[in-house]
Amino acid sequence: MKKLMIGNEAVARGAYEAGVRVVSSYPGTPSTEITEFCAKYPEMNCQWAPNEKVAVETSFGACMVGARALSCMKHVGVNVAADPLFTAAYTGVNGGLVIAAADDPFMHSSQNEQDTRMIARSSHIPVLEPADSQECLDFTKLAYDISEQYDTPVFLRLTTRLAHSRSPVEVGERADVPLKDYEKNPGKYVMMPGMARKRHVVVEAREKKLAKDANGFSINRVEMRDNKLGVVCGGVVYQYVREALPDASVLKLGMTYPLPEEMIKGFAAKVEKLVVIEELEPVFERDIRNMGIEVSGKDKTGLQGELSAAKIRQLFGDGAEAPAEAALPGRPPVLCPGCPHRATFFAMKKLGLTVFGDIGCYTLCALPPINLMDSTLCMGASVGMAHGAEKARGKEFSKKAVAVLGDSTFIHSGITPLVDAVYGGASTTTVILDNRITGMTGHQQNAASGKNILGDPAPQLNLEALCEAIGATVRVCDPHNLKEFTQILKEETEADHVSVVIARRPCALLDKRKKEPAHIENCRNCGACMKIGCPALIKTDKGVVIDHTLCVGCGLCKQVCPFGAIQGGEE
Amino acid sequence: MMKNTNIIIVGVGGQGILLTSKILGYLALDMGENVKVSEVHGMSQRGGSVITYVRIGSDVHSPLIDPGEADFVLSFEKLEALRAEYFLKKDGVLISNTQEILPMPVIMGSTTYPQANPSQEKTVLLDALTLAEEAGNARAINIVLLGVLSRFMDWPQEKWEAAIAACVPAKTLETNLKAFRAGVKE
Repeated sequence: MKKLMIGNEAVARGAYEAGVRVVSSYPGTPSTEITEFCAKYPEMNCQWAPNEKVAVETSFGACMVGARALSCMKHVGVNVAADPLFTAAYTGVNGGLVIAAADDPFMHSSQNEQDTRMIARSSHIPVLEPADSQECLDFTKLAYDISEQYDTPVFLRLTTRLAHSRSPVEVGERADVPLKDYEKNPGKYVMMPGMARKRHVVVEAREKKLAKDANGFSINRVEMRDNKLGVVCGGVVYQYVREALPDASVLKLGMTYPLPEEMIKGFAAKVEKLVVIEELEPVFERDIRNMGIEVSGKDKTGLQGELSAAKIRQLFGDGAEAPAEAALPGRPPVLCPGCPHRATFFAMKKLGLTVFGDIGCYTLCALPPINLMDSTLCMGASVGMAHGAEKARGKEFSKKAVAVLGDSTFIHSGITPLVDAVYGGASTTTVILDNRITGMTGHQQNAASGKNILGDPAPQLNLEALCEAIGATVRVCDPHNLKEFTQILKEETEADHVSVVIARRPCALLDKRKKEPAHIENCRNCGACMKIGCPALIKTDKGVVIDHTLCVGCGLCKQVCPFGAIQGGEE
Repeated sequence: MMKNTNIIIVGVGGQGILLTSKILGYLALDMGENVKVSEVHGMSQRGGSVITYVRIGSDVHSPLIDPGEADFVLSFEKLEALRAEYFLKKDGVLISNTQEILPMPVIMGSTTYPQANPSQEKTVLLDALTLAEEAGNARAINIVLLGVLSRFMDWPQEKWEAAIAACVPAKTLETNLKAFRAGVKE
């Protein structure tokens, strides 16, 4: 019987069937579940790496000595991994190497809408793009064959609607793929200038051959229907096109780099009008125009957001407009009841700090009622930005500023800027929100959580010792000891050295301690507790009430009530 | 094969929306249908609005349902029902829990919770929270609503129950089956 799988699960199944031995990834929506599903197969050695660069270096090491290897990441993770990737394109592979990169058009859970197809073009790495879960499985397996046959890493590009959509999948057996022999080959794997120059020639020749062969790949296919309109598309957009323009002829690209020029020219000659329908950048359109073919599409679809069947019907079909959403109060995501970040940010707000923020659930602290984040750029940026701000405005500025990032984000990219701040004689303060887990992506273990991807015990990174070794002054405090935490934060921001304040308290969703919900008596409706922004506290005309179905009894509201009207919850 | 049926499931992050779409997907596949389910993970699960799409039928391509194309909207919360109403076809059916979960802008007092009821002609409103509590767990609202939906579909009840059994943890099965049957009867 077929199984219903999200695209990410099907990629994991494809990796399993392809005989992959090593998987090294960093979590990032919408790519995370690939590696989680891979970990269910004991035949594959899976580990959460500290960041995507380390992940790719690990899988590249495995591939160089003969194993098939996989690294998975979100689109912005590809930037972090770009350094090893761009040169791995020169060395090529031994065992197959696939990078599953998940783009996020419309930014459901991301800070930008970059297009991995562009990075593929600048790194000269071919791209396969499935259009449903079955293709996720099939293309993953094919990616390993192409990787080994053409001696190149291969991108498997997903988008959110593919990664997180379920469709039926026929599964197969795991192939018996032995380790390939490893022979020392500095000309291929030591990329110093003299050798890299020779490899660059190889890269160009390989790419030309692949582009030529792509004309015969069955994953690129022409579906002729009415010849009035021909559409070139790939990935999940193909599904939207089929739905919106059922009569249009379609060239479905399964390999979206390099493109099959002869096939496209042949298709263009058979249709009266050729359009490209693609999300994000005009990647196909530019490539096709460079072939000397008249084509359009981006003038209508634009660079932003997702497409849908309705949108395509409106732009390229009958022009009918879909009904619009009614104007209603929004429901933005919020920090969970009992979230330790709420106390941490409350303390920072009390001290009137400028907050250089980072990537995690705590990014939500930019929204009302906390409204405290000054910046969010990329993983680990907070620490370096606080240092840069001090360079620009002097040490006084750092007395009223902090960098804030989670434990996993700190390990990902916060360590090196902390080294830089100490080295530069700065006096910045970094708050590590140490909730013992990678929270926002759905609770993945990390080097500081003491467990591996299977939940088994693992060596635990000692954050205090690490930061002390770097040369920072380290203080550790549970932010729910609000007074003490606020005092420590005040002392360290005002101090003349680089400090790290570790706000240590487990993620509320993982805190298994049973606590009684809080309750309110004789509320004077002063509104002080509403400033913490807890969804369990509701303001009414008669005073604040506590929603007992939401309250987890963390007791933070009790600490901020000036009249002692709140009882119960954690002491 | 049935003609295309489009079902939208909406609610507040944490209400078990993903599980509901997973059960429906499993069931459709078990009934020999082609099916696509689209979910949203990540940031939007932190108490925000959540929407999933279930599409059943032989010529389903897109995993998404466009506005005006849904046969059913299954809503776990009243405001989210109002928000998703525009997805319904003219003769589509809205099934909604009457529970109100206040969003942060309402909690903070910067706006008020809308008092209007859905305007869709075919609407089923029910207090699924109470039914779920009576079944033994307030979190089984999603399964109560599935029970209501089952009345509009031609699939045998035992198939629905088998799909629930395949997707929920074993120790919660009895409660969930009670919740489902409460929805069927309601």
